[in-house]
Amino acid sequence: MTSKFEGTERYVATEDLMMAVNAAVTLARPLLVKGEPGTGKTQLAEEIALALDKPLYRWHVKSTTKAQHGLYEYDAVSRLRDSQLGDAKVHDIGNYIIPGRLWEAFRSARQAVLLIDEIDKADIEFPNDLLLELDRMEFYVHETRELIQATHRPIVIITSNNEKELPDAFLRRCFFHFIRFPDAETMTRIIGVHFPELKRELLAEALNAFYKLRDVPGLKKKPSTSELLDWLKLLLAEDVPPEALRTDDPRKSLPPLYGALLKNEQDVHLFEQLIFLQRRQSRQ
Amino acid sequence: MLTPFFYTLRAAGVPASVTEYLTLLEALQRGVARFSVNDFYFLARATLVKDEKHFDRFDKAFAQYFKGIEQSFEQLQKALPEDWLKLLAERHFTPEEMAQIEALGGWDKLLETLKQRLEEQKGRHEGGSKWIGTGGTSPFGHGGYNPEGIRIGGPGGKGKAVKVWERRDYRNLDDNVELGTRNIKVALRKLRRFAREGAADQFDIDGTISATARNAGLLDLKFQPERHNALKLLLFFDVGGSMESHVRVCEELFSAARGEFKHLEYFYFHNFIYESVWKDSRRRHGERTTLFDILRKYQPDYRIIFIGDASMSPYEIMQPGGSIEHWNDEAGAVWLQRLTQRFQRFAWLNPEPQDRWDYVQSIGLARQLLAERMYPLTLHGLDDAIRALKA
Ligand SMILES: Nc1ncnc2c1ncn2[C@@H]1O[C@H](COP(=O)(O)OP(=O)(O)O)[C@@H](O)[C@H]1O
Ligand SMILES: [Mg+2]
Repeated sequence: MTSKFEGTERYVATEDLMMAVNAAVTLARPLLVKGEPGTGKTQLAEEIALALDKPLYRWHVKSTTKAQHGLYEYDAVSRLRDSQLGDAKVHDIGNYIIPGRLWEAFRSARQAVLLIDEIDKADIEFPNDLLLELDRMEFYVHETRELIQATHRPIVIITSNNEKELPDAFLRRCFFHFIRFPDAETMTRIIGVHFPELKRELLAEALNAFYKLRDVPGLKKKPSTSELLDWLKLLLAEDVPPEALRTDDPRKSLPPLYGALLKNEQDVHLFEQLIFLQRRQSRQ
Repeated sequence: MLTPFFYTLRAAGVPASVTEYLTLLEALQRGVARFSVNDFYFLARATLVKDEKHFDRFDKAFAQYFKGIEQSFEQLQKALPEDWLKLLAERHFTPEEMAQIEALGGWDKLLETLKQRLEEQKGRHEGGSKWIGTGGTSPFGHGGYNPEGIRIGGPGGKGKAVKVWERRDYRNLDDNVELGTRNIKVALRKLRRFAREGAADQFDIDGTISATARNAGLLDLKFQPERHNALKLLLFFDVGGSMESHVRVCEELFSAARGEFKHLEYFYFHNFIYESVWKDSRRRHGERTTLFDILRKYQPDYRIIFIGDASMSPYEIMQPGGSIEHWNDEAGAVWLQRLTQRFQRFAWLNPEPQDRWDYVQSIGLARQLLAERMYPLTLHGLDDAIRALKA
């Protein structure tokens, strides 16, 4: 077991990412990871847990998630009901306190990795409401007058798709890493960990077609790493030859099985129009 | 020694705070980046820059700073410019940071900590650690930094020709927006007026307890609607040609407002308000909403915000038939006044820089019609507008 994170067999980490992770681990401060969807933010937390051999707690944030949900919830309804039924449990309010993800990570016997996934989905107050808890790694349960303190400060990985800006006070307490969309070299390494057997010709043609597609202006959802990997899987399954992918311009013809790359109907439509225009022009 | 680096960043517009600078020192002290200026670059960036928009500024400042230092790193190490730091504090620290400094034991304590940390660091590298040293293998030796210390990309990289920060990979992310969605949201929040309405789907503990008590202990569950912003807002966006250069900020304003207000309606117009507006910016020749419908449909407690540059020929405001797009039987001014009479709390936000307003006749006309309630689309202007809307 190592204490430095350098990526894993299944996950390619660039140098700047390694540095950010190791700084966050060493200083026990949260790491905020931002980037396009599908660039490996969520998987990063899993791989850190794997590489450093630590338990992982996932807290997936939705638009309705409140900071309190990560600490604990008080199930007042059950308690009222129990009191109606004369259940003796009712006298201990602790029976109705349900720990959230943060609490679970705090009370882990070993240092844990806590993933707060897609923090930008929540209300813009959400990060501010967690400042103190993440700083001190402790919080107070009012109902039971109990102070919960982390046994070991967890390694906190926070991801954002950049849908909302995050408050400055929150940002100041985090290390920050922006996953830049992988260049061809990094992408080749990422593909290598998923498809070690992939033939070089196919890889070269596929990458070429993929980046050309991404470059077409006006796409609603540019295909990302995860779409590229799905597409490659299909190409392999269908045994598509490298020549079939060869194109100098995706606006003239779309690559085979493009459905895996273009998930947005408007984008497919955009290409259909472009190709139609192109054909008409060349006929004139 | 590193303090001037921090200063260089601030001067280059990287909004790093002292808290973050201290984190950087702590990370160095804990040996997070030890072996190369490349590592230091990554660490400093992860610690001091929290928005990829600022990466490019950081890169430029980094290059600028580390160029000069190849020769004089030694001297810089010695000088810890206290006066300068004090000056910096007065100029750059937010009140929040000042409070933090006070909490740390005040200014002198901070300086002392800073010095102490720098000393410790010095001790470390004399003891053989490599982050800032004068010995042969240090990346910052007498002979300038060691090019070997700068590695690019992963294994199988292209060589060591260009330093990471000189590649300027993040150039196109620096868009320099002053008024961002977040700023706008924070400003719009001041317009909040909380109320509970809608479906009762939130469990009301207090209500249940008191109802149950009143019910002789028999459980009586109570629910209530969620609290939300009950303020009502109508937005009118100018999508005329001259607004094209302001599309971004308008979109940001729009998305911020949409996130904040439950009762929000928006309409588009072209240059000025006439007898109808439309709801879909792309299909303005299609469905239109007449202004009479708006005057009838919305209660006078709706607030109105117009967003437009009000830059056009004066005829477009003052003359029947003055519109450049269609024949209008009544002048734009008449229609605007119908709106402002029914909805008395209104404001006009103008993205044109305020110092140009006096040179555009139509802006002057619009301001008169609006009883001077036109505000520049800046943070400050937004604040003023919101004050007018609250009144
Ligand atoms: N650096 C990488 N190394 C290996 N696989 C990656 C990498 N980046 C992305 N992937 C692949 O892309 C997919 C999407 O990753 P995910 O973590 O869900 O992205 P995000 O959370 O950023 O939307 C994953 O299944 C993963 O296999
Ligand atoms: Mg994800």
